Amino acid sequence: MNDLNKDMSFSTPEKKSKTLIPYAMLCELTHRCPLSCPYCSNPVELELKSNEISTDLWKTALSDGAKIGILQAHFSGGEPTARKDLEELVNHASKIGLYTNLITSGVLINEDRLKKLYDAGLDHVQVSIQDTDPNNSEKIAGFKGHQKKIETCGLIRKVGLPLTVNAVMHRQNLHNLKNMIELAVELDAERLEVAQVQYYGWALKNQTAFLPTREQLDKATIIVEEARIKYKGILAIDYVVPDYYAKKPKSCMGGWGRQFLNITPAGKVLPCHAAESLNFLNFDNLKEKSLAWIWEHSESFNRFRGTDWMPEPCQSCDRREIDWGGCRCQAFALTGNADATDPTCEFSPYRNVLEEPLSKAGSENPDFIYRKYS
Amino acid sequence: MSKLIQLKIEDVPSLPRHAKLRFDNARKKWIINAPERVFELDDIAGEVMQLINGKDTLKQIIDKLLVKYEDAPKEQVTNDVVTMLQSLADKGFLTNE
Repeated sequence: MNDLNKDMSFSTPEKKSKTLIPYAMLCELTHRCPLSCPYCSNPVELELKSNEISTDLWKTALSDGAKIGILQAHFSGGEPTARKDLEELVNHASKIGLYTNLITSGVLINEDRLKKLYDAGLDHVQVSIQDTDPNNSEKIAGFKGHQKKIETCGLIRKVGLPLTVNAVMHRQNLHNLKNMIELAVELDAERLEVAQVQYYGWALKNQTAFLPTREQLDKATIIVEEARIKYKGILAIDYVVPDYYAKKPKSCMGGWGRQFLNITPAGKVLPCHAAESLNFLNFDNLKEKSLAWIWEHSESFNRFRGTDWMPEPCQSCDRREIDWGGCRCQAFALTGNADATDPTCEFSPYRNVLEEPLSKAGSENPDFIYRKYS
Repeated sequence: MSKLIQLKIEDVPSLPRHAKLRFDNARKKWIINAPERVFELDDIAGEVMQLINGKDTLKQIIDKLLVKYEDAPKEQVTNDVVTMLQSLADKGFLTNE
């Protein structure tokens, strides 16, 4: 637990190398969502509709993003279909050459709207499915919409859009992983994302309920490996071992401020969707600064960019430009020091902070704390 | 994706809807956009992909390359192009329909 004051008074280390070119922008159009998943990636402090930025400001951000080299725009939320201007934004993004992806729960959309999105130039849709067991699926989502999700997947394929099934897997549903893979094949998805719960914000509140056991995880890894062979060329499966059980930290966002940016419903631009948990950082807003300026010059994007900020043992580690120091939000959440070595690294002096949560995995079953407006 | 494709020389390769080829001005190279990933192409791969128009067969594409690179041995060009495109097909980013 190092002193936070040091973090508050830093000078912005401008990067020395040539300008980095971002690949993708995650547009969180709204935090409104009919679901209340207890691992939601939205911050604990949700934005109200009245704080959401305008259609025009979103369009400007998309245009600026394309100019600085962004290739893909992901429309997410909350539930992005809750915004009536979604088609207009997709159309704008598509016209300026961005690859457009809709990340949705699938419960608010009908065939007519999907057709409109198709005509607007939408390239791809990702639908979240909480479990293959309808009852458990609806318990996790806090919403009765499992059958509607399945129907939406069918409609997505019917109108001719490519589909990814996003399955957040954890202790409450890993036993159904095989069924989830079969379901993705049945739904004619191109891709299945077997995502692990990332423990920030809401998910951290529910960590004991979600953290899988080592045994569950080993089984899951074998199931995925077998399915990848069985469905080669039919279903691509993305799968990463959750970092609490890994020896090396994840290369979070491909490095802070290197490939990715996130825009909140209120117009704040973040290096990752969880970055606001670093409560000592100031995040610039599109209402005041351009996207290009924020990407290149802002304090927040430069704070952990590159390797200069790194402590030992990261600074002299030969993986420092592979994992870029892992995850800053995780380091801050678990140690109170955002500059600390990510505790999920085997060389971290803070590795022991994982012992307590891991020891509880599988032994306790607390009720969910659902996502809600405070 | 619906089935595993084994590319043959008489096939007409094309990009599926979820894979999009374009030149990227910021990076000064050809890229393929696909769900959650971007393929950055080198000059040769960029040239091959530009010849994929949904009309020409793989053989016709290779012939076009052989005209342009007249010193390159036919067998090697054929091999390189098929290998590259098959690897894209295996990942679901190329079809023969």
